[in-house]
Order: sequence, then C-alpha cells, then structure tokens
Amino acid sequence: MGVADIVIKFVLIVIIFAISLVIAMYSTYAERKIAAFFQDRVGPNRAGPWGILQPLADGGKMFLKEEIIPTNASPFLFIAGPSLAILTACIGSAVIPWGQQIIMGKYVIPLQVTDINVGILYIFGVVSLGVYGVMIGGWASNNKYSLLGAIRAASQNISYEISMGLSIIALLMVTGTLSLKEIAEQQHGWHWNVLYQPVGFLLFIICAFAETNRTPFDLPECETELVGGYHTEYSSMKLGFYLFAEYINMFISSAVMATLYWGGYNYPGMDWVLAHTGPVIGPLIGTAVMFAKVFLFIFFFMWVRWTIPRFRYDQLMDLGWKILIPLAIANIIVTGLWITFIK
Amino acid sequence: MSTFYFIAFLSVFFSILVITAKNPVHSILYLILTFSTFTVHYILMNAQFLAVVNFIVYMGAILVLFLYTLMLINLNKESEPRKSNLVKIAGFVGGACFLITIVAALKAWGTSHPVVLNDPNLGLVKNLGKILFNEYLLPFEVSSILLLSAMVGAVLLATKDPKTA
Repeated sequence: MGVADIVIKFVLIVIIFAISLVIAMYSTYAERKIAAFFQDRVGPNRAGPWGILQPLADGGKMFLKEEIIPTNASPFLFIAGPSLAILTACIGSAVIPWGQQIIMGKYVIPLQVTDINVGILYIFGVVSLGVYGVMIGGWASNNKYSLLGAIRAASQNISYEISMGLSIIALLMVTGTLSLKEIAEQQHGWHWNVLYQPVGFLLFIICAFAETNRTPFDLPECETELVGGYHTEYSSMKLGFYLFAEYINMFISSAVMATLYWGGYNYPGMDWVLAHTGPVIGPLIGTAVMFAKVFLFIFFFMWVRWTIPRFRYDQLMDLGWKILIPLAIANIIVTGLWITFIK
Repeated sequence: MSTFYFIAFLSVFFSILVITAKNPVHSILYLILTFSTFTVHYILMNAQFLAVVNFIVYMGAILVLFLYTLMLINLNKESEPRKSNLVKIAGFVGGACFLITIVAALKAWGTSHPVVLNDPNLGLVKNLGKILFNEYLLPFEVSSILLLSAMVGAVLLATKDPKTA
C-alpha cells in the first residue's frame, strides 16, 4: 500500500464522514418539513430561504445551551453514553460500497473504505453495540424514567436483532457471500435481491425501524409515558448527540438496505451509461443512484413516523417474538427449498 | 508481537478491574471492554469469523442482557453483600492453590512449542464452514441440539405451571 493509496483512503473516509454528518443535519430539517407537509402546515421557514439554515441554527443553539450534569449522576458514564451512541453510529459506514471503482489515470479509487469478507456481520455487530450508548446514558442519569427507557431499549434491540439476523441468513443463502462488495456486484443491472427476498426485505426494514428507535418503535423515548425516555436528564450538545446518532443510524441503515436488497449503486442500463460516460463520470452516476435510493428510504422512515402511531409495549414484544421470528424461520426454509429445487 | 503484548496487557488489566470494581454495573462495563480486547486477539490470530461472532454474541447480546438484569436488580445502589473475613481468607487460599496448580501444569506441559496450523486461513468464514459441515458435521449438529434443548428447558422453567398458578 503506497502513499497514494493511504491518501485516497483518508480522503474517502473524511468525505463519507462529512456526508454522514451533513445528511444527518439536513434529515432534521427534512423531518420537520415532511411533518409539516403531512399535517398541512408550513414548517420551519425563518432561517434563510425556505428555512434552509434551520439545522445550523439548531446546532448553534445546542452548542451554546447550558450543560447540566445531575448531582447524583455518574459523571464519566453520563458523558460516555452520548459519545458511544454517536461513535457506533458513525463506524457503520466503513464497509458500505458507495459505487464502482473510479479509474483516474493510473489511480484506481474504490468507493468503499474497506472490503472485509465478513462485512454484513460487521454491520450487524455495530448495530448490536449501538444499544450501549442508550443503556449507559439512561443508567448513568440516575433517574427512573431514564432507566426505564434504557431497559426498554435493551430488550427491544435484543428481540429485534434475532429476526434481523434470521432475515440476513436467508439473504446470505441467496448471495453465498458475506462481503458487501460482492453482494453489490452480484446485483448488476436489475438483478436486485429484493426480487428474490421480498419477505426478507420486509422483515429487515421492520427490524431496522426497531433498531434505530424510530416510530412506531420509539418506546425508549416514549414521551407520553417516560417524560423523555433515556435522554430525560440530557441537555445541550449531549442531547444533540443522541438525536444526531438517531439520524446517522437512519442514514446508515438506509444505505445498508439499499446495498443488501435494492441493488446499491446498480441500475438498469448501467453498462451502456458506463461505456458512454467514461470511468470517472459513470461510477459517480452509480453513486448518485445509490444516494437517491438512500434518500427514498430516509423519506420512508419519516413517512412512517407521521403516519403510524406508536405501539404499546406488549404489542411490540408480540410482534417481535410471535410474528417476525416465525416468519423469518419460514422464510429461511422456503429459501432453502427454492435453492434446492428450482434455482 | 508487541501488539499482542499490549492487547494482552489490556485484557488482564480490564479483567482485574472487573473483579475489583465496587459497583456491579461498572464490573459489567469492564467485562465488555475485556471482551472487546478478546475480539482483537482473534483478529490478530486471523480468525475473522470467531472475532466477529464474539463481537456480536458476547458484546452485543449476552452482556447487554447482563447489564439489563443488573440495572433492574441493583438500581444504582452499591449493594454488594458484605462477606465475612473467614470466607475471604478461604477464597484467597483456594484461588492461590488453583493458580499454583495451573502454573505447574503449564510448566510441566512445556509451552515453548508454537502451534503451527496447516492452513493459516482456517479462521475465514468459507474454510471454517467447509470444515464444520464436512469433517465435524456430527458434533456440530449434536451441539446445536444440545443448545436447542437448553433453550426449551429455559422456556419450560420460565412458564408458570397452570395447576399452581
């Protein structure tokens, strides 16, 4: 690995990190605008034209607010909670392939930070670590409501991880590889995995909602029962980190869903486009397609948030254990039969 | 090699913190750090699959449940039961005897022969899967049935008896 490779990787990491943060910032704006649209309101429109500077104003407010650490809270863990939440949210993007490789002169630039051959399992591990930020923060606050929120987050994440893992197993039976790069390459053109795994995709997206704590699964921060849930005691930028982590998680899980099931950077007619635009513009168009898919998923997350009311806690557990897990196991069996007899 | 020593030092350090921490929740957090150093050990040994499974199963699931249970039980109190001095001395003597036995056994065994694998890429998912499902298929299936029966047993224990309830 020469100096040029290291520089390329470094630049790529910085770009992806910056894009994650900017998308998370503007997701808050998009969420409020979409909520306004669904509820027939105007939404934020004061800061800049169409309120486009609203996220900056919010961020500035978060930074400048007074920072309060409760007297009986455990100070180190109280700070470690949100830091861990944002850390686990950010490291998931390392294995996602954002596009085909760009060939620029003698340099080959892969649009993926690293291709480890257990890529899916890495994502899954990062997702399962994500709950620690919520749990540690909720416990360290020394507040009943925070603790209840933390405990809800833990049990919800554990329950939905199982069906998420089982839906991934069915996908792996079809693809035969754990590397996200190879999975993306296999879906060349229009051979998207969602055509072979529609039930698996349904299971995965439901579990993704649960893992990112989005409505209708946002029981850990259910304000009608728990004041603010796990972040009741948080203020200023530490609260901002929790909210930010949720939006980054949403972005990363949208990117994972797009890569695993909806073809990633592939689109019908990509070979023709690649042949006519050259090895720099062509892959970038693929990346644009990838981001279009990601934005559609983020929109879907918000659409569901303002459409479906929150579950009751027993309904949440019933859905996870009595419906999704049997469905996921049935999906694995059907996929096995399909591979053995038809494919 | 220096990486190994650094990570091994961290493993031992965090393990000691696990048993010396006063607060049980802090103990669990140190245990999480200990397991994360184990993940690094597996990666150093080129056992990627084991590393990532250790990451998912131990750090991501089992220790979350540990933390969950402790948060429910202790509710932020340092309510460790105080043991009498006699028990402490007995524990110390027992532990010391165990340590001496282990050290003696390792010394007698001779540890200076490094184990050389026939195939250094054994830990990769593909090779591991092929070996598990060809050479060791029977033990693999038997252990999975064992785990299944343990799970059924746990569910049976947790459900209330309809006659007594």
